[in-house]
Amino acid sequence: MNSSHHRYVSADRRVREDRRFVVGKGAFVADIDLPNTKHIALVTCPHAAARIKSIDKRAALKMPGVHYIVDGRELAEATLPLMTGLDTPNVPRRPLALDVARYSGEWVAAVVADTRAQAEDAAEAVEVDYEPLPFILDAEQALAGGPLVHEAHGSNVLLDKTFVWGEVDKDFAASPRKLSLRVKWGRSSTVPIETFGVVASWDPWREILDVYASIQMPRYADQIGAALKLPSSSVRVHYDVDVGGSYGVKRGIKNTVLAGYLARRLGVPIRLIEDRLENMRGGDAHGPERLFDVDVAFDDSGIIRSMKMRALENVGAYAGRSPFQLGKPIGSIVGPYKIKSVQYRAIAVVTNKTTQDAVRGFGQGPTNLALERVMDEVANALGLDPLEIRRRNLIRHEEFPYLIPSGTTYDSGDYHTVIDKVLADTSYDALRQERDRLRTEGKLAGIGIAACLEPSGGNATFEALLNPNITTSTFMDSCRINVDGMGTIAATMHTTSSGQGHETLVGTVIGEVLQVDPDTIRVTRPDSLNSLPSGTPVGSRMAIMLGGAAFHAAQKLKTKLTAIAAHDLGIPLERAVYEHGNVFDRSAPQTRRSWADLVQIAHRNIHRMPNGFEPGLAVSHIYEVPTGGTPPTADGRVQMYPCFSFEFHLILLSIDPDLGTPQILRYRLGHDCGTQINPKIVRGMTMGGIAHGIGAALFEEFAYNDDGQLIAQTFMDYPLPSSHEVPPVEIIDHETPSPHTVFGQKGSGESGYLGAPAALANAINDALRPLGVSINTLPLKISNLGDLIAAAREKGK
Amino acid sequence: MRIKLNVNGGDHVLDVEPRTTLLDCLRDHLGLKGAHAGCEHGVCGACTVLSDGVAIRSCLMFAVQAEGTNITTIEGVTPGPGELSPIQDAFCETHGMQCGYCTPAMVLAAHALLADNPSPTRDEIVEAISGNLCRCTGYAQIVEAIALAAERMRGANRPSDKRR
Repeated sequence: MNSSHHRYVSADRRVREDRRFVVGKGAFVADIDLPNTKHIALVTCPHAAARIKSIDKRAALKMPGVHYIVDGRELAEATLPLMTGLDTPNVPRRPLALDVARYSGEWVAAVVADTRAQAEDAAEAVEVDYEPLPFILDAEQALAGGPLVHEAHGSNVLLDKTFVWGEVDKDFAASPRKLSLRVKWGRSSTVPIETFGVVASWDPWREILDVYASIQMPRYADQIGAALKLPSSSVRVHYDVDVGGSYGVKRGIKNTVLAGYLARRLGVPIRLIEDRLENMRGGDAHGPERLFDVDVAFDDSGIIRSMKMRALENVGAYAGRSPFQLGKPIGSIVGPYKIKSVQYRAIAVVTNKTTQDAVRGFGQGPTNLALERVMDEVANALGLDPLEIRRRNLIRHEEFPYLIPSGTTYDSGDYHTVIDKVLADTSYDALRQERDRLRTEGKLAGIGIAACLEPSGGNATFEALLNPNITTSTFMDSCRINVDGMGTIAATMHTTSSGQGHETLVGTVIGEVLQVDPDTIRVTRPDSLNSLPSGTPVGSRMAIMLGGAAFHAAQKLKTKLTAIAAHDLGIPLERAVYEHGNVFDRSAPQTRRSWADLVQIAHRNIHRMPNGFEPGLAVSHIYEVPTGGTPPTADGRVQMYPCFSFEFHLILLSIDPDLGTPQILRYRLGHDCGTQINPKIVRGMTMGGIAHGIGAALFEEFAYNDDGQLIAQTFMDYPLPSSHEVPPVEIIDHETPSPHTVFGQKGSGESGYLGAPAALANAINDALRPLGVSINTLPLKISNLGDLIAAAREKGK
Repeated sequence: MRIKLNVNGGDHVLDVEPRTTLLDCLRDHLGLKGAHAGCEHGVCGACTVLSDGVAIRSCLMFAVQAEGTNITTIEGVTPGPGELSPIQDAFCETHGMQCGYCTPAMVLAAHALLADNPSPTRDEIVEAISGNLCRCTGYAQIVEAIALAAERMRGANRPSDKRR
């Protein structure tokens, strides 16, 4: 389908959600005021690891406004450990530490008081007697042995799995050239401006736990119910809470189980809104910290034949979703390149750091950094240009659909054309001349290139790849449409959103299919007990999945309206033509039933309906991931995500040789996510992803000191990019539709973030090359760059 | 303690704890939920309100410190039910937001800027919002929103927000 055929899809239309946000009328979780709400503050462990010998609550309980203090023992007796997805029963994860706390900042007890301030005061008065224990912070040391984070587990290894796809040894032996590179992605995360928050309220007569939360999590209600030993039909999650940013990480299951337990225990609404420190430390919202060792085998022309990648993930103290973030990159393990065979070893170890959760791209960002750094080093080894190396290795347009060694078939792409478009009005030679001119002025200047794929439309097959006992293959999304007795259209979606404009998406798609103005279509979010299944906005999937569900629901409605009209007009179905909500006879266009007529028939003249038709005009559709979800083969091959967006990043950058400050002078981006349903949204996602990637590449790190204390726990020492740090980006769009989706759309929420760090790392290394040094550890902080440059200059004297 | 605040043109007498921040006071005592807590240490700017027309961080001052000033919140710059100010409308036109959490503060920062400088350059816009972190957008469409609002307001021959 070509977007030019569309009326509303791809049109430059406003985003309906924006109206409430610009006037401050978003409904965020902190805005929920239930009568008689009590507040939680947390008692946290000050040690990297410690046995909890005793907890003395007496003084705290006497303080003003304090109602209750719960510790890990009480909570563990009343609730079940949280779901992790790994079969590691001796690594249980609980909201409050039980007997042993395993990272600095881990929650040990929770105080409930009339106000948050009173709860905080009392939390300081809870006396915990700790016995500090040996601890371990480094992933390689944890892998080798060291103090055990979970004694009963017997090692620090949660996962160690090796996959071999294709003739790796043979391809290595046959290749004249080889190269090894070690790359490290530093511990950072998405760090939304709104922290995680939850309000829980228990009604013991209806037996319903109402949950309001800034959540972005699949199976949230299920997991709450499982941990609290409640049927999930007793958990009512309110999806109409606006989420103040997430990008994957808002998975506050432990916060919710804690609040839910206390709401039931105390019979009052309980509110736990993380402050910034809790969010950055005990909120379990860190992202990947991953060490790569990559070997590639290639020939003299730079064609890469084979790759061995070892990825070692430091997941922190508990499993969370982190180990699975080693699995998703398997679905695009060779990126956009034609690498014939791959060996991939994925290792996840626990350490005494904060637990991780899902982060934008679900592990793809680090993997792409490693791959793109290697591409540059191959070019360097051969004395070839990095752009030329990529052109030679990229999959060509005519080779799609393209099967990669790990079993996924890429749907579509036109990578060479995207690159050509990026360079069409900015000659690459001119950029290089500009770089060289800057160098002659004494500056350090570099060009950085990175390609990246954004796998989109998420299924769950990576779980089964890493844990064969998991049989979950895919997860669906859904939309319901009802035309009421007055003829107005209302649709529902069945999850929360965190800024992706899903209400606009649903309205646009239904409007397109029904040929009615999207602005007249109401879109709401019922609670979880009134919802159809939804996989939630993860895996860059909603344009594809919610868009697909809305499309098919609207098609069902259109089909029903057409059939009702044909029956009432007494004409064969094939002569009935739907147009703008009316249906006419193709042979006699003046013979028609209007929208109002059809509503009248369906709602009040049911005797005029075709036999067997349900009265009313209510339809729903539950949409399966295109290409579905087939379990992996015995040798670990699987069709992962269905659609693959492409980006090509091109950066010119200079580094102040005295201070080490990098400055992006030019940023051009080729972007292809197929058909763009709303170009304003796609552009925002792309720019936001780049900004996030700049942060991960240059500034953001959850750094620890040798005592195991997190030393970046405010926005002063974990700096997010401000408007000064994000340069203007020239975005050049290209459109290669996906054959698998209803409008040809693909995902667009991640690729900026997946490509920017790699492009920046390549640009910085290009700038450093004349000094004979390189750096492959993110973040590439100003201080690190400054030291590296100073040392290199000193040596060169 | 009893304090008297002027917020959005109206006087309010309130009983608050001395340690109550202006942010908590606006949200919890006056029900003005448009100012948001982001970091509560003065970096992210999500709590921005205007004090005598100047953008300030309401998490960094106590409510009592705001006595004697005129506080304006996002609710105070919204013209009426269902209506948008030119700046708010420009944010919608360019989609200068995603999740909406930092948005009221961004809109107020823009109000403060354009009241002083009806024709800001790109650099001046970037500078004016540099104390307001947005994690979603990468700022491009926010900068465009403010430039668009400035352009429209210059053409509108209307009293400035400062004088209104």
